Parts: sequence; structure tokens; C-alpha cells
Amino acid sequence: MKPFYWKFVCIIEGGDFVTLEIKNVTKKFGSFTAVDQLSISIPEKEMFGFLGGNGAGKTTTFRMILGILGATEGSITWDNKPIDYSTSPYIGYLPEERGLYPKLKVKDQLVYLAKLRGMDKTSALKELKYWLERFKVPEYLDKKVEELSKGNQQKIQFISAVLHKPKLLILDEPFSGLDPVNVEQLKSAVLDLKQNGTTIVFSSHRMEHVEEMCQFLCIMHKGKPVVHGSLKEIKRSFGKKNVTIHADFDLSNLITYPGVLKLKETAEGVSLQIEGEEVAERILKDIVGKGFIRKFALEEPSLNDIFIEKVGASLE
Amino acid sequence: MLLLSNFWTILLHTYTTKLKTKSFIITTAITLIFVLALSNISTIIDFFGGDEDTTQVAVLDESNSLFVPLEEVTKTINKDLELVSYTESVENGKDAVEKGDYEGLLVIEMGSNNLPVATYYSMDITDSATAMDLTTSIQGVKSQLAASQLNLTSEQLTKLNEPVSFEKVALEKDAKTEEELNQARGLVYVLLFLIYFAVVLYASMIATEVATEKSSRVMEILISSVSPIKHMFGKILGIGLLSLTQLSLLLIVGYFSMTRNDSLSSMEGFLGFSEVPVSTIIYAVVFFILGYFLYATLAALLGSLVSRIEDVQQMITPMTFLIIAGFMIAMFGLSSPDMNFVTITSYIPFFTPMLMFMRVGMLNLPLWEPIVGIAILVVTIVILAVFGARVYKGGVLMYGKSNSYKDIKKALQLTKKD
Repeated sequence: MKPFYWKFVCIIEGGDFVTLEIKNVTKKFGSFTAVDQLSISIPEKEMFGFLGGNGAGKTTTFRMILGILGATEGSITWDNKPIDYSTSPYIGYLPEERGLYPKLKVKDQLVYLAKLRGMDKTSALKELKYWLERFKVPEYLDKKVEELSKGNQQKIQFISAVLHKPKLLILDEPFSGLDPVNVEQLKSAVLDLKQNGTTIVFSSHRMEHVEEMCQFLCIMHKGKPVVHGSLKEIKRSFGKKNVTIHADFDLSNLITYPGVLKLKETAEGVSLQIEGEEVAERILKDIVGKGFIRKFALEEPSLNDIFIEKVGASLE
Repeated sequence: MLLLSNFWTILLHTYTTKLKTKSFIITTAITLIFVLALSNISTIIDFFGGDEDTTQVAVLDESNSLFVPLEEVTKTINKDLELVSYTESVENGKDAVEKGDYEGLLVIEMGSNNLPVATYYSMDITDSATAMDLTTSIQGVKSQLAASQLNLTSEQLTKLNEPVSFEKVALEKDAKTEEELNQARGLVYVLLFLIYFAVVLYASMIATEVATEKSSRVMEILISSVSPIKHMFGKILGIGLLSLTQLSLLLIVGYFSMTRNDSLSSMEGFLGFSEVPVSTIIYAVVFFILGYFLYATLAALLGSLVSRIEDVQQMITPMTFLIIAGFMIAMFGLSSPDMNFVTITSYIPFFTPMLMFMRVGMLNLPLWEPIVGIAILVVTIVILAVFGARVYKGGVLMYGKSNSYKDIKKALQLTKKD
């Protein structure tokens, strides 16, 4: 497959912009290719989502962005400079495998980790107290991590990624294993950070999170980017649309209608996948008068549809 | 700036968190008690053994002339051994011993050539000290009798008993005298033990420390903030500082406890502390530090390969064997430090810290020998550090079930193309 290279056209005022630039990056482990010719550029202050099943190469990509792993080919730059340990104070990382010192107090280890990223102790403590308040758990300051529940450990882990006010925040599966209340808490925190100008890259295998939060995304499959661009653009260029019809009469024969790709019967009617808007128009004209139509809706395809179409139904 | 301060942050974090752990405080306290006990050992022995009764031995003198001279001689040999004249029959005497009235029964008579012949009865013959003292006493009495039979003057007798003069002289220039060698042996022995325990203890502490960070997965965050090499050496130096703290504490407490009481005079004779050659102490410090770095680097490398803390011991066992082997050869070499085998093995870097130190302490080596040993050691440490850092960088990202040395190859593969 010919690698394709996308670049967003960003209109930036003043020309002072910082991008994360991933150029033709390949990572091989022996004979296994984990990431294959990946090219992405992520503009400043944007939220970028990586989608993909297990083993799609998301974590490897993140590790390469962080400089933990070196790329076999290609280059990764941030603000036109290669990422190394001198840039580490500007980068925050929430790894997929959560990890904190189980025996250390929340205060001690978060201050330590923040110090490693160039923050001084006083401001680290101040910032930590702010975050604990925000997550409504100020009493955790002097608790050992092993005494906390898994969900709460995850909050602490999140705080450790953002404590030093990074400009680039990398979140690997930030919402996995959290209950809905905590997911909402964390989401609002992530959105606030974005509002304040943090560039955020995150991965998920939950389509709805990405759909909800990201303007730009990339679907990876077996190390290759299969879909890549802005959410609107991707949906528009996908072409296909969904139509939901709720009616009193039988609609199952619509499957033979030209331009209808898929038909699924639901409790109150059918939902269709069609080739384009004009098909919906024709269907509506044809069925009007056959009976009472309670609902006729033309919808954008969901990211889930696109993902399944591009990657195959084998995942999720 | 930041890069350097990061290194200190890791070093101090490792040092202070470890210093505050319960296990560290308890181990140090126990060792301190042990050192205090050891340095006061003679006081303790005196306390328990001081009020011991004198040993009473019944003497049945069938010649009626031997008891008095025998008692006189015995007094000069062991004042705790009291001879009691016994006049009843041998059988009664034996009964008295069985009842525990006496420690033993000595039957003494004049033999055919008018010299004393003795039989000693006691419940068991394991207490050889009493029997030996008695033998020496009787021997003395016999010599006196024999001399008077031969009409020897006491001057002649003295001449006869005078021990032979036997002096060992080493022909090698600057070779250590027998006395010096004994002193050196004691000191080297103690320092070898110190090096051995410290290396085993702190190396395994580092391996555990690395494995803990890896298994708790905090490692990925750490090495995304700091380079693995800096992290590894921050850890090694942090634990190194900890070991120096612990050892200085032990040495200071030990030294003061020993100087405070009289036992120093008896201990220093054995340990050779009276005239400690400064060079031996300097070599001990140098070899301790180098040995620590060698094994600490190796331990960090091995620790980075395991995924679970439970596997640490298994992984570092071969390394521990290396240390034990070095220690055994050093112990063996203490009695004959100039053996070829010891000389050759002292140049193998994994044995150098203990063996070269032992040789330097015991023999008068030309300066180039320890310097070559130290040079080889330093080069090995550098190679191991460079190699170890590469393995470490890949190893800390590897999570698998296998814990074999094959993982070293995999870890190196991970760091390729950096």
C-alpha cells in the first residue's frame, strides 16, 4: 500500500505556532513492523485522537514521540526540534499501563515526578492541592497509593501527567477502567486543559470519546494510518450516510432500493446506510403516502461505522 | 542545568526514601547492636564467666612426698586449679568424683625408676584443659626429681629447658615480618568481610529497587522524564550513599565502643588495629567503592530484565555466586597469599576487589600490580556501564514472562537505532 501523507491546512495568525510533526516514521522490532510510514502533523492547542485496536501501534507511536523508543526510520519533531530529554518539562505523559510507587505517599511521589520534569517543590505542591480539590479528594495528599482504589489511583496518575503544566500532553487510554462519573470528571479536566492551550494527543478504542472530543484524528490499523484528518472532513469524505425511519408499514423491502447499502431492522422501523444524500431524498418521496411516518432522519455516519468499514468488523 | 538537577533529584530521592524505610532502620539497628556486642565481647564473657568456681582435683599421693611439690608447680600454672590431698582408697575416691565432690581424682606414685607415675580419673575426658595442666605440673615435678637424681645444678637444668631460638627471616626486601603479617591478616579479614557483605547487600538492594519501579510500572514515566542512563546512575549512587551512611555509622559506633573500654587492647592484638597501615585503609576504600560500582551496575542491568519482584533473586543468583567465589578464594588466600592461583585470579575484574585487596594488604606488592588491577576494574566498570545502560533502556520497557539472559539480546534490540 502506498503510504499517504496528509497535512492539515491551518490558518495561523502571526505564524507563531508549535506543531508536533511526525514524518514518515517506521518502527521495526526485529522483523515485526509496529508502525509503518506514519506521517501526522498536530497543530498547537488542538486535541488529536488516535484510534485503533490492540496492537495497532498507538503505544509504540507515543513512546517514539516521548523519545523512549527511537524510530527505525523517519523523524519526530516538536516546534521544529527533535524531542529529547531537554524538552521533557514541556511534555506530560499518562501511560497505558498505570504506574506509581505503591508504597509512597501521593504527595511525595507526585512532587518527585514533577521535580524530574523541572518543577520546583513549592509550585508542585500548590498545583497538586489544586488538582486534588478539583477531583474532590484532598484527603489523598498524605495517603499511600496502594491504599487507594483503582479509579482513584488513575486520577492520581492523571495528575502526575499534568502537574507540571505541560504544553504537550500525551494520554494513552485515559478513560479505560473508570466509572461514568469519573470519566466525566476526567473529560472536563482534559477539555479545560485544551482551553488553556495545551496540545493534547490521546488514544482510545472507544469511538464515542474520540468523536466527542477531537477535531482531528487518525485511525490506525496494523501500524498504518487508515483514516486520517479532521473529523468533519473524514465524515464528509466518507460519503455514506445513515437514514433512520420509523413507520407503521413494512420497510424491509428497501434493501433492494438502488443506493441502499445496508439495512437493519429496529424495533420501530429500519436504519439504513446509503450512498449519499440524494438516495435519502428519493426514498422519502417514494414512501410518503404509504402510511404514517413518525420519523425520518438523515444522519452523519458515526465514527464507529467508519472504523468498522476501514478496519474491518474484527475489531470491537 | 535541568539535566544535572534531575540526576540529583533521583539520587536524593533514592537515598532519602530508602533511608526512611522501616526495614533499613531495623537492619541498621540490629547491626549496631551486633557491633556493640562484638566490641564489648570480653566484658560480656567476663560478666558470664567471671564468677566460675575453681576446679578441685583430689590427689591420692601414694608416695607421700609428691603432693607438696606438685601443688607448688600447679599454682604457677593455673591458679584456678586446686589440688586437695586425699587419703582414702582409690575406690572411695572414684565414688567421690562420681558424686561430684571433685572434678577428678589423680593417683600419683613413684615408679620403678623413682620418677612419678600418675593416673587421672574423671567423669569424662573432654575437659582436656585440666588434664593438660596436670600433665604439665607432673612433668615439672618429674624434671626436678630427675635433675636431682642426676645431680644437676639448677643452672644446668635451666640450660636444658631453654627453648630453642628459631627466627624466621624473609629475604625479600620490605617483606612483612611474621608479626606484621598476623596483624595484616586480622585487618584484611575484617575488611574482606565488610566488602563482601556490603556488595551482596547493596547490589541486591539495587536490583530489587529497579525491579520494583519496573513492576509498579512507574518506570515508563520515569524514563520519559529522565534518560535511563541518568536514572540508573542516580539509583546506583543513591544506594551507594546509603551504604556509606550505614557503614560509617557502624564504624564510628564500633570504634568508639572499642576505645571506650579495655577490650581494645585484646582486640587490637588480633585485628591488628594497633598499627594500621594507612595504605591498607586507602586500598580498602578504593576497592570497596570499585567493587560496589561493578556489582551495582551488574545488578541494575539484571534488575531491569525482570518483570516481577519475585524473580529478582533468581536473576541475581549467578552474580551472588561470583561474589561468593571471590570471597572464598580470598579467605583461602589469606593463609598463603602468594599462590599463583590467587595471583592470577586477582586480575579477573569480578574478583579483583576482594583478591587484589587481600594481596595488597598481605604482601608487599610492587605498586604496578594493584594499579593494573584497578585499571582493569575501572575499564570493566565503564564497559559494563555502557552496555548496562543500553540493556537497561530496553529492559525497563520489556514485560514478559520469561526471565532469562536471552532477554539481554531482546533488550538491546529495543534500543537499537537510537
